[in-house]
Amino acid sequence: MFEVIGERINTSRKLVQAAVAERNTDYIIDDVKKQIEASTNFIDVNAGARIGHEAEDMKWLLDTIQPIATVPLTLDSPDPEILEMAFKMAERTPMINSISLERERFDAMMPFLNGKDCKVIALCMDDTGMPTASIDIVDRGKRLVEELNNIGIPTKNIYVDPLVQPISTDSTKGTMVLDAVRALKTEFPEVHITGGLSNISYGLPQRHIINRTFVSLMMDAGMDSAIIDPLDKKIMATIRTADMLLGNDSYCMNFLKGVRSGTILS
Amino acid sequence: MTDFNSMIESLVSCNADKLTGLVNDALAQGTAAGDILKKGLIAGMDVVGGKMESGDMFIPEVLMAAKAMGNCVSILKPLLGVDESTTGVSVIIGTVKGDLHDIGKNLVAMLMESAGMEVHNVGVDIAPEDFVAHIKEKNVQIVCLSALLTTTMPMMKQTVDAIVESGLRDQVKILVGGAPVTQAFADGIGADGFAADAGSAARLAKSLVN
Repeated sequence: MFEVIGERINTSRKLVQAAVAERNTDYIIDDVKKQIEASTNFIDVNAGARIGHEAEDMKWLLDTIQPIATVPLTLDSPDPEILEMAFKMAERTPMINSISLERERFDAMMPFLNGKDCKVIALCMDDTGMPTASIDIVDRGKRLVEELNNIGIPTKNIYVDPLVQPISTDSTKGTMVLDAVRALKTEFPEVHITGGLSNISYGLPQRHIINRTFVSLMMDAGMDSAIIDPLDKKIMATIRTADMLLGNDSYCMNFLKGVRSGTILS
Repeated sequence: MTDFNSMIESLVSCNADKLTGLVNDALAQGTAAGDILKKGLIAGMDVVGGKMESGDMFIPEVLMAAKAMGNCVSILKPLLGVDESTTGVSVIIGTVKGDLHDIGKNLVAMLMESAGMEVHNVGVDIAPEDFVAHIKEKNVQIVCLSALLTTTMPMMKQTVDAIVESGLRDQVKILVGGAPVTQAFADGIGADGFAADAGSAARLAKSLVN
């Protein structure tokens, strides 16, 4: 079944940053509750936008969210020290967002992940720059899975992010990532594929229809999770419908539930 | 009378073939290559940049227009005088150390070039000392710093500081940009300007040196 990683608690979002700066617990609690009600599987927490305040902001967010969270958290930071602190605070085993093959990040994250029983998002980025072909993405994904396996993280705990780039800059950017996802799922049937969707539509108008059409195509290629806004009814409806069409919804039960509850509309 | 307006219109409608035809016609009629460049092509891309800023034109269209202009610049180049191919403004643009993002930077470079500036796109992951070396070597008036990660924004400050320490600060105008960058941040690190998109970046650069 498709897993939704709710992206809203991110200090790069204007209102969230304001709430964090003011220590407005009501705002954060309300937002998290709404995401959970909308069937998110994880709550992503990112406190990185207020430069110099990440540690205290992350701590405050976890203190605020944990008492009411009924799903695991996705701890989102490039700083392993922040992740270590957050990991210790997490009540349920969290997902870690993320590791990549960029030397500095890789070297810092591998010791952190060593021996930990947790899910991890693995970004197909290395020091040579943005991928320019499917094979770049596949090679990087392979290396990440192998390296993580070597420190005891099983493939089923790995969520590869194939690095979606904007179609507005190059019309091959869509198929580039779709083909890479297909290849990675063929090589590693147990691996999960995730990522943010909004990159694909950057620079174009009417972004929502681009994002939700893309998620359908990606799901057919093998993407089984995404970092999205669970309160976006249209994209959630697209995902649940596509999940059904791909054979993941026995007797179309979830789809019908969604229609009856009014969350799935044509 | 050369129909510069039709050239501008062809750029805005991204009609490469029509534009090439108009440029060749103008040359055949005896119009100076420098005039075609300035009044037809640069003027047209100025309009394109403005429309990008206002949200009336989008990245793929800007790319098409820039390509159309590039084709015509190749036709004009051998006919242009030594001082005519650029407006005399030279720019360095790069993504700061630790950051590998380049899409926005490349768009800015393209629009600045289309505005007639001489652009040195030095790439990504550029250390402060390398920016300083490039400034010395290429003797530029404008330095553009790009960053897409909040974690690499502090590197912009380090780069500005390095330029100050090298004694070159007064020689250049420093512009910063990238999704997480703001005017407030730009002011805080001592940059001369901030632009939120490629269109306004090119316009801002021109205004800072005039």
